[in-house]
Amino acid sequence: MSDAIYHDAIVALARDASAAGALDAPQATATVDNPLCGDRVAVDLAFEGERISALRHRVRGCLLCQASAAALAIAAVGATREDLRAGTASLAALLKDGAPLPDGRFAPFAAFAPLARHRSRHDCAKLPLLAAEKALGTT
Amino acid sequence: MSFDPARLRREIPLLADADRAGRPIRYLDNAATAQVPEVVIEAVAQHDRRLRSNVARGVYRLAEDATAAYEAAREEVAAYVGARPDEIVFASNCTAAINIAALAFGETLAAGDRVVVSELDHHSNIVPWQLLASRRGIALDWWPATPEGTLDPARLGALVGPRTRLIAASHGSNVTGARLDVRPVVEAAKRVGAKVLLDGAQVVPHGALDLSKLGIDFYAFSGHKMYGPTGIGVLWGRRALLEALPPAFGGGGMIGRVAKSGTNWAAPPARFEAGTPPVAQAVGLAAAVNWIRQLDRGAVEAHLQMLTTRLIDGLQALDAQRRVVRLVGPPAGHARLPVVSFDIKGAHPHDICQMLAETNVCLRGGHHCAQPLMDALGLAGTTRASLAPYNDENDVDALLEGIDRAIARLT
Repeated sequence: MSDAIYHDAIVALARDASAAGALDAPQATATVDNPLCGDRVAVDLAFEGERISALRHRVRGCLLCQASAAALAIAAVGATREDLRAGTASLAALLKDGAPLPDGRFAPFAAFAPLARHRSRHDCAKLPLLAAEKALGTT
Repeated sequence: MSFDPARLRREIPLLADADRAGRPIRYLDNAATAQVPEVVIEAVAQHDRRLRSNVARGVYRLAEDATAAYEAAREEVAAYVGARPDEIVFASNCTAAINIAALAFGETLAAGDRVVVSELDHHSNIVPWQLLASRRGIALDWWPATPEGTLDPARLGALVGPRTRLIAASHGSNVTGARLDVRPVVEAAKRVGAKVLLDGAQVVPHGALDLSKLGIDFYAFSGHKMYGPTGIGVLWGRRALLEALPPAFGGGGMIGRVAKSGTNWAAPPARFEAGTPPVAQAVGLAAAVNWIRQLDRGAVEAHLQMLTTRLIDGLQALDAQRRVVRLVGPPAGHARLPVVSFDIKGAHPHDICQMLAETNVCLRGGHHCAQPLMDALGLAGTTRASLAPYNDENDVDALLEGIDRAIARLT
Protein backbone atom coordinates (compact mmCIF):
# COMPACT_ATOMS: atom_id res chain seq x y z
CA MET A 1 0.00 0.00 0.00
CA SER A 2 0.96 3.58 -0.45
CA ASP A 3 1.16 4.13 3.30
CA ALA A 4 4.87 4.53 2.62
CA ILE A 5 3.88 8.04 1.57
CA TYR A 6 0.45 8.48 3.06
CA HIS A 7 1.42 7.36 6.52
CA ASP A 8 -0.38 8.48 9.63
CA ALA A 9 1.86 11.47 10.39
CA ILE A 10 1.34 12.91 6.92
CA VAL A 11 -2.39 12.36 7.03
CA ALA A 12 -2.56 13.87 10.52
CA LEU A 13 -0.64 16.97 9.46
CA ALA A 14 -2.93 17.47 6.49
CA ARG A 15 -6.06 16.90 8.53
CA ASP A 16 -4.82 19.28 11.21
CA ALA A 17 -4.58 22.06 8.62
CA SER A 18 -2.66 24.08 11.16
CA ALA A 19 -2.70 27.82 10.38
CA ALA A 20 -4.96 27.50 7.37
CA GLY A 21 -6.50 30.82 6.41
CA ALA A 22 -5.35 34.39 6.00
CA LEU A 23 -3.74 37.03 8.22
CA ASP A 24 -5.78 40.19 8.70
CA ALA A 25 -2.79 42.40 7.99
CA PRO A 26 0.03 40.40 6.45
CA GLN A 27 3.39 42.12 6.12
CA ALA A 28 4.31 39.81 3.30
CA THR A 29 2.27 37.57 1.07
CA ALA A 30 2.94 35.44 -1.97
CA THR A 31 1.29 32.83 -4.13
CA VAL A 32 3.04 30.09 -6.08
CA ASP A 33 1.70 27.57 -8.57
CA ASN A 34 2.86 24.13 -9.51
CA PRO A 35 2.55 24.25 -13.29
CA LEU A 36 2.54 20.48 -13.61
CA CYS A 37 -0.59 19.90 -11.57
CA GLY A 38 -2.13 23.33 -11.14
CA ASP A 39 -1.83 23.29 -7.38
CA ARG A 40 -1.56 26.67 -5.72
CA VAL A 41 -0.33 27.80 -2.31
CA ALA A 42 -0.63 31.29 -0.86
CA VAL A 43 1.27 32.25 2.29
CA ASP A 44 0.86 35.33 4.51
CA LEU A 45 3.61 36.33 6.92
CA ALA A 46 3.91 38.76 9.81
CA PHE A 47 7.11 39.67 11.63
CA GLU A 48 8.33 40.82 14.98
CA GLY A 49 11.75 42.20 14.41
CA GLU A 50 13.77 39.65 12.48
CA ARG A 51 11.53 36.75 13.28
CA ILE A 52 8.32 35.45 11.74
CA SER A 53 5.54 36.00 14.25
CA ALA A 54 2.63 34.52 12.31
CA LEU A 55 1.99 32.49 9.19
CA ARG A 56 -1.23 31.56 7.46
CA HIS A 57 -1.61 29.52 4.30
CA ARG A 58 -4.24 28.76 1.73
CA VAL A 59 -3.66 25.52 -0.14
CA ARG A 60 -5.44 24.30 -3.23
CA GLY A 61 -3.49 21.15 -3.54
CA CYS A 62 -2.89 17.56 -2.66
CA LEU A 63 -2.65 15.97 0.73
CA LEU A 64 1.14 16.19 0.65
CA CYS A 65 0.97 19.90 -0.06
CA GLN A 66 -1.53 20.39 2.74
CA ALA A 67 0.67 18.44 5.14
CA SER A 68 3.70 20.48 4.15
CA ALA A 69 1.85 23.73 4.72
CA ALA A 70 0.81 22.54 8.16
CA ALA A 71 4.39 21.51 8.97
CA LEU A 72 5.59 24.89 7.77
CA ALA A 73 3.15 26.63 10.06
CA ILE A 74 4.71 24.79 12.99
CA ALA A 75 8.25 25.48 11.84
CA ALA A 76 8.01 29.08 10.74
CA VAL A 77 6.76 30.90 13.80
CA GLY A 78 9.82 32.26 15.59
CA ALA A 79 12.10 31.50 12.68
CA THR A 80 14.35 34.00 10.96
CA ARG A 81 14.67 34.31 7.21
CA GLU A 82 17.88 32.33 7.40
CA ASP A 83 16.15 29.60 9.40
CA LEU A 84 13.46 29.33 6.74
CA ARG A 85 15.95 29.21 3.90
CA ALA A 86 17.97 26.57 5.73
CA GLY A 87 14.80 24.56 6.29
CA THR A 88 13.89 24.73 2.63
CA ALA A 89 17.38 23.58 1.69
CA SER A 90 17.19 20.75 4.22
CA LEU A 91 13.89 19.53 2.82
CA ALA A 92 15.31 19.66 -0.70
CA ALA A 93 18.31 17.60 0.43
CA LEU A 94 16.06 15.13 2.21
CA LEU A 95 14.03 14.61 -0.94
CA LYS A 96 16.95 14.55 -3.34
CA ASP A 97 19.57 12.63 -1.40
CA GLY A 98 17.80 11.29 1.66
CA ALA A 99 19.88 13.62 3.84
CA PRO A 100 18.63 13.66 7.42
CA LEU A 101 16.83 16.73 8.63
CA PRO A 102 18.48 18.64 11.44
CA ASP A 103 16.73 18.47 14.79
CA GLY A 104 14.68 21.45 15.74
CA ARG A 105 11.84 23.36 14.23
CA PHE A 106 11.91 21.57 10.88
CA ALA A 107 11.76 18.10 12.39
CA PRO A 108 8.11 17.61 11.29
CA PHE A 109 9.30 17.58 7.70
CA ALA A 110 10.97 14.25 8.39
CA ALA A 111 7.54 12.79 7.67
CA PHE A 112 8.26 13.44 4.00
CA ALA A 113 11.26 11.12 3.89
CA PRO A 114 9.36 8.35 2.02
CA LEU A 115 8.74 10.86 -0.75
CA ALA A 116 12.39 10.76 -1.78
CA ARG A 117 11.89 8.00 -4.35
CA HIS A 118 8.85 9.73 -5.88
CA ARG A 119 10.52 12.53 -7.77
CA SER A 120 7.34 13.74 -9.44
CA ARG A 121 5.89 14.55 -6.02
CA HIS A 122 8.82 16.49 -4.56
CA ASP A 123 7.33 19.82 -5.54
CA CYS A 124 4.16 18.95 -3.65
CA ALA A 125 6.13 19.10 -0.41
CA LYS A 126 8.22 22.08 -1.47
CA LEU A 127 5.42 24.34 -2.68
CA PRO A 128 4.48 25.93 0.70
CA LEU A 129 8.13 26.63 1.50
CA LEU A 130 8.64 28.17 -1.91
CA ALA A 131 5.63 30.39 -1.27
CA ALA A 132 7.08 31.44 2.08
CA GLU A 133 10.44 32.20 0.48
CA LYS A 134 8.73 34.21 -2.22
CA ALA A 135 6.85 36.16 0.45
CA LEU A 136 10.10 36.86 2.25
CA GLY A 137 11.49 38.18 -0.99
CA THR A 138 8.79 40.83 -1.11
CA THR A 139 9.83 42.45 2.17
CA MET B 1 -13.92 -14.94 -33.52
CA SER B 2 -14.42 -12.95 -30.33
CA PHE B 3 -12.15 -10.06 -29.51
CA ASP B 4 -9.23 -11.06 -27.31
CA PRO B 5 -7.43 -8.24 -25.48
CA ALA B 6 -5.04 -10.80 -24.01
CA ARG B 7 -3.69 -11.46 -27.51
CA LEU B 8 -2.97 -7.76 -27.91
CA ARG B 9 -1.24 -7.67 -24.53
CA ARG B 10 1.04 -10.44 -25.73
CA GLU B 11 1.98 -8.29 -28.73
CA ILE B 12 3.12 -5.46 -26.46
CA PRO B 13 6.40 -6.30 -24.75
CA LEU B 14 5.97 -4.02 -21.77
CA LEU B 15 2.57 -5.49 -20.88
CA ALA B 16 3.48 -9.06 -21.82
CA ASP B 17 6.60 -9.03 -19.65
CA ALA B 18 4.67 -7.72 -16.67
CA ASP B 19 1.94 -10.30 -17.18
CA ARG B 20 4.52 -13.11 -17.33
CA ALA B 21 6.13 -11.80 -14.15
CA GLY B 22 2.78 -12.08 -12.40
CA ARG B 23 2.57 -8.38 -11.75
CA PRO B 24 0.34 -7.04 -14.51
CA ILE B 25 0.45 -3.37 -15.34
CA ARG B 26 -3.02 -1.88 -15.35
CA TYR B 27 -2.18 0.74 -17.91
CA LEU B 28 -5.00 3.25 -18.05
CA ASP B 29 -3.10 6.33 -19.23
CA ASN B 30 -3.46 5.72 -22.94
CA ALA B 31 -4.70 9.24 -23.63
CA ALA B 32 -1.28 10.47 -22.55
CA THR B 33 0.83 7.82 -24.28
CA ALA B 34 -0.31 4.44 -25.53
CA GLN B 35 1.81 1.32 -25.31
CA VAL B 36 3.78 0.21 -28.31
CA PRO B 37 3.55 -3.22 -30.00
CA GLU B 38 6.59 -5.28 -30.86
CA VAL B 39 5.99 -4.76 -34.59
CA VAL B 40 6.42 -1.02 -34.13
CA ILE B 41 9.51 -1.36 -31.97
CA GLU B 42 10.96 -3.72 -34.54
CA ALA B 43 10.11 -1.45 -37.48
CA VAL B 44 12.01 1.43 -35.88
CA ALA B 45 14.93 -0.81 -34.92
CA GLN B 46 15.13 -2.42 -38.35
CA HIS B 47 15.11 0.96 -40.04
CA ASP B 48 18.03 2.10 -37.92
CA ARG B 49 19.86 -1.21 -38.36
CA ARG B 50 19.45 -1.47 -42.12
CA LEU B 51 18.47 1.86 -43.65
CA ARG B 52 19.72 4.61 -41.39
CA SER B 53 20.76 7.62 -43.41
CA ASN B 54 19.35 11.02 -44.17
CA VAL B 55 16.48 11.35 -46.60
CA ALA B 56 15.91 13.27 -49.80
CA ARG B 57 19.56 14.13 -50.20
CA GLY B 58 21.99 11.24 -50.69
CA VAL B 59 22.28 9.31 -53.93
CA TYR B 60 23.72 6.13 -52.45
CA ARG B 61 21.58 3.06 -51.98
CA LEU B 62 21.01 3.53 -48.26
CA ALA B 63 19.78 7.07 -48.74
CA GLU B 64 17.52 6.02 -51.58
CA ASP B 65 16.03 3.24 -49.49
CA ALA B 66 15.62 5.46 -46.42
CA THR B 67 13.86 8.06 -48.55
CA ALA B 68 11.61 5.40 -50.00
CA ALA B 69 10.77 4.13 -46.53
CA TYR B 70 10.01 7.64 -45.30
CA GLU B 71 7.75 8.43 -48.23
CA ALA B 72 6.08 5.03 -47.97
CA ALA B 73 5.31 5.87 -44.37
CA ARG B 74 3.73 9.10 -45.54
CA GLU B 75 1.56 7.13 -47.94
CA GLU B 76 0.49 4.70 -45.20
CA VAL B 77 -0.47 7.52 -42.85
CA ALA B 78 -2.25 9.39 -45.64
CA ALA B 79 -4.30 6.33 -46.51
CA TYR B 80 -5.23 5.87 -42.85
CA VAL B 81 -6.73 9.36 -42.60
CA GLY B 82 -8.18 9.57 -46.11
CA ALA B 83 -5.69 12.11 -47.37
CA ARG B 84 -3.26 12.63 -50.20
CA PRO B 85 0.34 11.87 -49.25
CA ASP B 86 1.39 15.38 -50.19
CA GLU B 87 -1.04 16.71 -47.60
CA ILE B 88 0.73 14.90 -44.77
CA VAL B 89 3.36 16.95 -42.93
CA PHE B 90 5.48 15.08 -40.44
CA ALA B 91 6.33 17.00 -37.28
CA SER B 92 7.85 16.09 -33.95
CA ASN B 93 4.49 15.74 -32.17
CA CYS B 94 0.91 16.98 -32.27
CA THR B 95 1.82 20.19 -30.49
CA ALA B 96 4.48 20.96 -33.08
CA ALA B 97 1.99 20.19 -35.83
CA ILE B 98 -0.50 22.72 -34.46
CA ASN B 99 2.25 25.27 -33.99
CA ILE B 100 3.28 24.83 -37.62
CA ALA B 101 -0.29 25.50 -38.67
CA ALA B 102 -0.55 28.52 -36.38
CA LEU B 103 2.72 29.99 -37.59
CA ALA B 104 2.05 29.44 -41.27
CA PHE B 105 -1.64 30.30 -41.26
CA GLY B 106 -0.92 33.17 -38.91
CA GLU B 107 1.09 34.85 -41.65
CA THR B 108 -2.13 35.27 -43.60
CA LEU B 109 -3.91 37.08 -40.75
CA ALA B 110 -4.13 40.78 -40.05
CA ALA B 111 -4.73 42.76 -36.90
CA GLY B 112 -8.39 42.57 -36.00
CA ASP B 113 -8.88 39.09 -37.41
CA ARG B 114 -10.34 36.58 -34.99
CA VAL B 115 -9.77 32.94 -34.09
CA VAL B 116 -12.21 30.81 -32.12
CA VAL B 117 -10.60 28.58 -29.49
CA SER B 118 -12.39 26.30 -27.09
CA GLU B 119 -12.40 25.89 -23.34
CA LEU B 120 -12.38 22.14 -23.88
CA ASP B 121 -9.05 22.03 -25.62
CA HIS B 122 -5.61 20.88 -24.63
CA HIS B 123 -3.13 23.71 -24.11
CA SER B 124 -1.49 22.64 -27.36
CA ASN B 125 -4.53 23.93 -29.26
CA ILE B 126 -4.83 27.07 -27.15
CA VAL B 127 -1.37 28.46 -26.46
CA PRO B 128 -0.19 28.56 -30.11
CA TRP B 129 -3.21 30.76 -30.87
CA GLN B 130 -2.53 32.93 -27.83
CA LEU B 131 1.03 33.38 -29.05
CA LEU B 132 -0.31 34.25 -32.46
CA ALA B 133 -2.71 36.75 -30.92
CA SER B 134 0.11 38.58 -29.21
CA ARG B 135 2.29 38.53 -32.33
CA ARG B 136 -0.28 39.45 -34.96
CA GLY B 137 -2.80 41.51 -33.05
CA ILE B 138 -5.62 39.08 -33.66
CA ALA B 139 -8.38 38.42 -31.14
CA LEU B 140 -9.45 35.11 -29.64
CA ASP B 141 -13.07 34.19 -29.05
CA TRP B 142 -13.62 31.49 -26.45
CA TRP B 143 -16.08 28.72 -27.23
CA PRO B 144 -17.37 27.73 -23.79
CA ALA B 145 -17.55 24.15 -22.61
CA THR B 146 -20.86 22.87 -21.34
CA PRO B 147 -21.15 21.70 -17.71
CA GLU B 148 -20.98 18.14 -19.12
CA GLY B 149 -17.57 18.84 -20.63
CA THR B 150 -18.69 18.98 -24.25
CA LEU B 151 -18.78 21.66 -26.95
CA ASP B 152 -22.19 22.79 -28.14
CA PRO B 153 -22.00 23.93 -31.79
CA ALA B 154 -25.12 26.03 -31.22
CA ARG B 155 -22.93 28.40 -29.22
CA LEU B 156 -20.83 29.13 -32.30
CA GLY B 157 -23.51 31.36 -33.80
CA ALA B 158 -22.67 34.10 -31.35
CA LEU B 159 -18.92 33.64 -31.73
CA VAL B 160 -18.36 33.41 -35.46
CA GLY B 161 -18.44 36.66 -37.36
CA PRO B 162 -17.09 38.32 -40.50
CA ARG B 163 -13.58 38.66 -39.02
CA THR B 164 -13.40 35.04 -37.90
CA ARG B 165 -10.61 33.34 -39.81
CA LEU B 166 -10.33 30.00 -38.05
CA ILE B 167 -12.07 27.76 -35.55
CA ALA B 168 -9.63 25.63 -33.54
CA ALA B 169 -11.18 22.80 -31.54
CA SER B 170 -10.62 19.33 -30.26
CA HIS B 171 -12.06 16.46 -32.27
CA GLY B 172 -12.16 14.51 -29.01
CA SER B 173 -11.45 15.80 -25.52
CA ASN B 174 -8.44 14.43 -23.68
CA VAL B 175 -10.25 15.15 -20.40
CA THR B 176 -13.92 14.36 -20.80
CA GLY B 177 -13.78 12.04 -23.79
CA ALA B 178 -16.45 14.11 -25.56
CA ARG B 179 -16.40 13.80 -29.34
CA LEU B 180 -17.08 16.87 -31.39
CA ASP B 181 -20.00 17.05 -33.78
CA VAL B 182 -17.91 18.31 -36.69
CA ARG B 183 -20.50 19.11 -39.33
CA PRO B 184 -22.11 22.16 -37.63
CA VAL B 185 -18.64 23.51 -36.85
CA VAL B 186 -17.69 23.31 -40.50
CA GLU B 187 -20.99 24.88 -41.49
CA ALA B 188 -20.48 27.77 -39.09
CA ALA B 189 -16.97 28.34 -40.39
CA LYS B 190 -17.87 28.13 -44.06
CA ARG B 191 -20.65 30.70 -43.65
CA VAL B 192 -17.96 33.32 -43.05
CA GLY B 193 -15.15 31.76 -45.07
CA ALA B 194 -13.21 30.66 -42.00
CA LYS B 195 -11.01 27.59 -41.75
CA VAL B 196 -11.35 24.74 -39.24
CA LEU B 197 -8.47 23.07 -37.43
CA LEU B 198 -9.12 20.01 -35.30
CA ASP B 199 -6.82 18.44 -32.75
CA GLY B 200 -7.34 14.76 -33.46
CA ALA B 201 -4.79 13.32 -31.06
CA GLN B 202 -7.42 11.45 -29.05
CA VAL B 203 -9.52 10.31 -32.00
CA VAL B 204 -7.00 8.93 -34.46
CA PRO B 205 -5.96 5.97 -32.28
CA HIS B 206 -9.52 4.65 -32.51
CA GLY B 207 -9.60 3.94 -36.20
CA ALA B 208 -9.14 5.24 -39.71
CA LEU B 209 -10.73 8.53 -40.77
CA ASP B 210 -11.67 10.19 -44.02
CA LEU B 211 -10.46 13.73 -43.57
CA SER B 212 -11.29 14.56 -47.16
CA LYS B 213 -14.98 14.28 -46.26
CA LEU B 214 -14.98 16.02 -42.89
CA GLY B 215 -14.96 19.43 -44.50
CA ILE B 216 -12.19 20.73 -42.27
CA ASP B 217 -8.94 22.37 -43.32
CA PHE B 218 -6.27 21.27 -40.83
CA TYR B 219 -5.97 18.19 -38.64
CA ALA B 220 -3.21 17.36 -36.18
CA PHE B 221 -2.33 14.21 -34.29
CA SER B 222 0.59 12.47 -32.63
CA GLY B 223 2.21 9.09 -33.08
CA HIS B 224 2.73 8.06 -29.49
CA LYS B 225 -0.97 8.09 -28.65
CA MET B 226 -1.70 5.67 -31.51
CA TYR B 227 0.75 2.93 -30.54
CA GLY B 228 3.57 4.54 -32.47
CA PRO B 229 6.90 6.03 -31.43
CA THR B 230 7.39 9.27 -29.59
CA GLY B 231 8.93 12.11 -31.56
CA ILE B 232 6.48 12.14 -34.42
CA GLY B 233 3.26 13.98 -35.11
CA VAL B 234 1.27 14.82 -38.18
CA LEU B 235 -0.25 17.96 -39.60
CA TRP B 236 -2.74 17.39 -42.35
CA GLY B 237 -3.81 20.33 -44.44
CA ARG B 238 -5.86 20.63 -47.58
CA ARG B 239 -3.48 20.67 -50.50
CA ALA B 240 -4.60 24.02 -51.89
CA LEU B 241 -4.34 25.59 -48.45
CA LEU B 242 -0.86 24.22 -47.79
CA GLU B 243 0.27 25.47 -51.18
CA ALA B 244 -0.95 28.95 -50.32
CA LEU B 245 0.85 29.16 -46.99
CA PRO B 246 4.40 30.25 -46.28
CA PRO B 247 6.72 27.98 -44.27
CA ALA B 248 6.70 28.01 -40.51
CA PHE B 249 10.39 27.25 -40.07
CA GLY B 250 13.39 27.79 -42.27
CA GLY B 251 16.31 25.49 -42.97
CA GLY B 252 17.35 22.56 -45.05
CA GLY B 253 14.82 20.54 -46.94
CA MET B 254 12.10 23.18 -47.14
CA ILE B 255 13.57 25.37 -49.86
CA GLY B 256 13.33 25.63 -53.61
CA ARG B 257 16.41 27.77 -54.14
CA VAL B 258 18.45 29.78 -51.69
CA ALA B 259 20.33 32.80 -52.93
CA LYS B 260 21.74 35.86 -51.29
CA SER B 261 18.97 37.82 -52.89
CA GLY B 262 16.28 35.65 -51.40
CA THR B 263 14.85 32.19 -51.05
CA ASN B 264 11.81 30.44 -52.39
CA TRP B 265 10.12 27.42 -50.98
CA ALA B 266 9.71 23.78 -51.77
CA ALA B 267 6.22 22.53 -52.42
CA PRO B 268 4.30 21.05 -49.48
CA PRO B 269 4.79 18.91 -47.53
CA ALA B 270 8.56 19.53 -47.68
CA ARG B 271 7.91 23.27 -47.22
CA PHE B 272 6.81 22.53 -43.66
CA GLU B 273 9.50 19.96 -42.80
CA ALA B 274 12.60 22.05 -42.21
CA GLY B 275 15.67 20.06 -41.21
CA THR B 276 16.13 16.33 -40.95
CA PRO B 277 12.68 14.84 -40.35
CA PRO B 278 11.81 12.06 -37.88
CA VAL B 279 12.56 9.30 -40.36
CA ALA B 280 12.64 6.18 -38.20
CA GLN B 281 9.70 7.52 -36.22
CA ALA B 282 7.69 7.92 -39.42
CA VAL B 283 8.46 4.32 -40.32
CA GLY B 284 7.34 3.30 -36.83
CA LEU B 285 4.17 5.33 -37.16
CA ALA B 286 3.36 3.53 -40.41
CA ALA B 287 3.84 0.23 -38.61
CA ALA B 288 1.47 1.44 -35.89
CA VAL B 289 -1.09 2.39 -38.50
CA ASN B 290 -0.88 -1.10 -39.96
CA TRP B 291 -1.19 -2.61 -36.49
CA ILE B 292 -4.39 -0.65 -35.89
CA ARG B 293 -5.75 -1.54 -39.30
CA GLN B 294 -5.44 -5.26 -38.73
CA LEU B 295 -7.66 -5.01 -35.66
CA ASP B 296 -11.35 -5.75 -36.04
CA ARG B 297 -12.60 -2.19 -35.63
CA GLY B 298 -16.16 -3.12 -34.81
CA ALA B 299 -14.99 -5.56 -32.16
CA VAL B 300 -12.56 -3.04 -30.72
CA GLU B 301 -15.26 -0.38 -30.50
CA ALA B 302 -17.64 -2.79 -28.80
CA HIS B 303 -14.92 -3.85 -26.37
CA LEU B 304 -14.00 -0.28 -25.47
CA GLN B 305 -17.63 0.70 -25.11
CA MET B 306 -18.17 -2.24 -22.78
CA LEU B 307 -15.16 -1.24 -20.68
CA THR B 308 -16.17 2.42 -20.62
CA THR B 309 -19.66 1.53 -19.50
CA ARG B 310 -18.26 -0.82 -16.85
CA LEU B 311 -16.03 1.96 -15.57
CA ILE B 312 -18.73 4.63 -15.53
CA ASP B 313 -21.24 2.26 -13.94
CA GLY B 314 -18.65 1.33 -11.32
CA LEU B 315 -17.93 4.94 -10.50
CA GLN B 316 -21.64 5.66 -10.22
CA ALA B 317 -22.04 2.68 -7.91
CA LEU B 318 -19.22 4.02 -5.75
CA ASP B 319 -20.94 7.37 -5.66
CA ALA B 320 -24.18 5.74 -4.59
CA GLN B 321 -22.30 4.34 -1.58
CA ARG B 322 -20.04 7.21 -0.69
CA ARG B 323 -21.50 10.36 -2.30
CA VAL B 324 -18.13 11.79 -3.28
CA VAL B 325 -17.69 10.83 -6.94
CA ARG B 326 -18.47 13.30 -9.71
CA LEU B 327 -18.17 12.14 -13.30
CA VAL B 328 -16.74 14.84 -15.55
CA GLY B 329 -17.92 14.24 -19.10
CA PRO B 330 -20.73 12.75 -21.11
CA PRO B 331 -22.51 9.70 -19.69
CA ALA B 332 -21.99 6.25 -21.10
CA GLY B 333 -23.62 5.72 -24.45
CA HIS B 334 -23.14 9.30 -25.64
CA ALA B 335 -20.70 10.33 -28.36
CA ARG B 336 -17.56 9.79 -26.38
CA LEU B 337 -14.12 8.31 -26.42
CA PRO B 338 -12.98 5.73 -23.84
CA VAL B 339 -11.59 8.55 -21.71
CA VAL B 340 -13.24 8.94 -18.31
CA SER B 341 -12.48 11.76 -15.91
CA PHE B 342 -13.85 12.09 -12.43
CA ASP B 343 -13.51 14.11 -9.27
CA ILE B 344 -13.46 12.63 -5.78
CA LYS B 345 -14.66 15.22 -3.30
CA GLY B 346 -12.04 15.71 -0.61
CA ALA B 347 -9.30 13.78 -2.39
CA HIS B 348 -6.73 15.30 -4.73
CA PRO B 349 -6.25 13.54 -8.08
CA HIS B 350 -2.52 13.13 -7.51
CA ASP B 351 -3.09 11.49 -4.14
CA ILE B 352 -5.54 9.08 -5.76
CA CYS B 353 -3.16 8.31 -8.61
CA GLN B 354 -0.26 7.84 -6.21
CA MET B 355 -2.21 5.35 -4.12
CA LEU B 356 -3.30 3.40 -7.16
CA ALA B 357 0.23 3.40 -8.52
CA GLU B 358 1.21 1.21 -5.60
CA THR B 359 -0.94 -1.55 -7.11
CA ASN B 360 0.37 -0.96 -10.63
CA VAL B 361 -2.71 0.92 -11.77
CA CYS B 362 -1.47 3.71 -14.05
CA LEU B 363 -3.77 6.72 -14.09
CA ARG B 364 -3.36 10.38 -14.79
CA GLY B 365 -4.37 13.11 -12.37
CA GLY B 366 -4.24 16.87 -12.62
CA HIS B 367 -5.36 19.47 -15.10
CA HIS B 368 -4.41 17.37 -18.13
CA CYS B 369 -3.03 20.46 -19.88
CA ALA B 370 -6.57 21.81 -19.97
CA GLN B 371 -6.62 24.53 -17.32
CA PRO B 372 -9.29 26.68 -19.03
CA LEU B 373 -11.58 23.65 -18.90
CA MET B 374 -10.76 23.08 -15.24
CA ASP B 375 -11.54 26.73 -14.53
CA ALA B 376 -14.85 26.40 -16.38
CA LEU B 377 -15.74 23.27 -14.40
CA GLY B 378 -14.62 24.80 -11.11
CA LEU B 379 -12.04 22.10 -10.53
CA ALA B 380 -8.30 22.16 -9.92
CA GLY B 381 -7.97 18.82 -11.66
CA THR B 382 -9.51 15.43 -12.25
CA THR B 383 -8.49 11.82 -12.13
CA ARG B 384 -8.55 10.26 -15.58
CA ALA B 385 -8.64 6.72 -16.89
CA SER B 386 -8.19 6.23 -20.62
CA LEU B 387 -8.65 2.88 -22.27
CA ALA B 388 -7.08 1.03 -25.17
CA PRO B 389 -7.98 -2.26 -26.86
CA TYR B 390 -5.45 -4.20 -24.76
CA ASN B 391 -7.23 -3.22 -21.54
CA ASP B 392 -9.67 -5.65 -20.04
CA GLU B 393 -12.19 -6.03 -17.24
CA ASN B 394 -9.41 -6.78 -14.77
CA ASP B 395 -7.89 -3.38 -15.43
CA VAL B 396 -11.18 -1.60 -14.85
CA ASP B 397 -11.96 -3.62 -11.74
CA ALA B 398 -8.49 -2.96 -10.31
CA LEU B 399 -9.10 0.73 -10.85
CA LEU B 400 -12.49 0.67 -9.15
CA GLU B 401 -11.17 -1.31 -6.19
CA GLY B 402 -8.28 1.12 -5.86
CA ILE B 403 -10.57 4.12 -5.98
CA ASP B 404 -12.67 2.60 -3.23
CA ARG B 405 -9.57 2.16 -1.06
CA ALA B 406 -8.34 5.66 -1.85
CA ILE B 407 -11.67 7.18 -0.88
CA ALA B 408 -11.54 5.36 2.43
CA ARG B 409 -8.04 6.60 3.10
CA LEU B 410 -8.19 10.14 1.74
CA THR B 411 -11.69 11.44 2.39
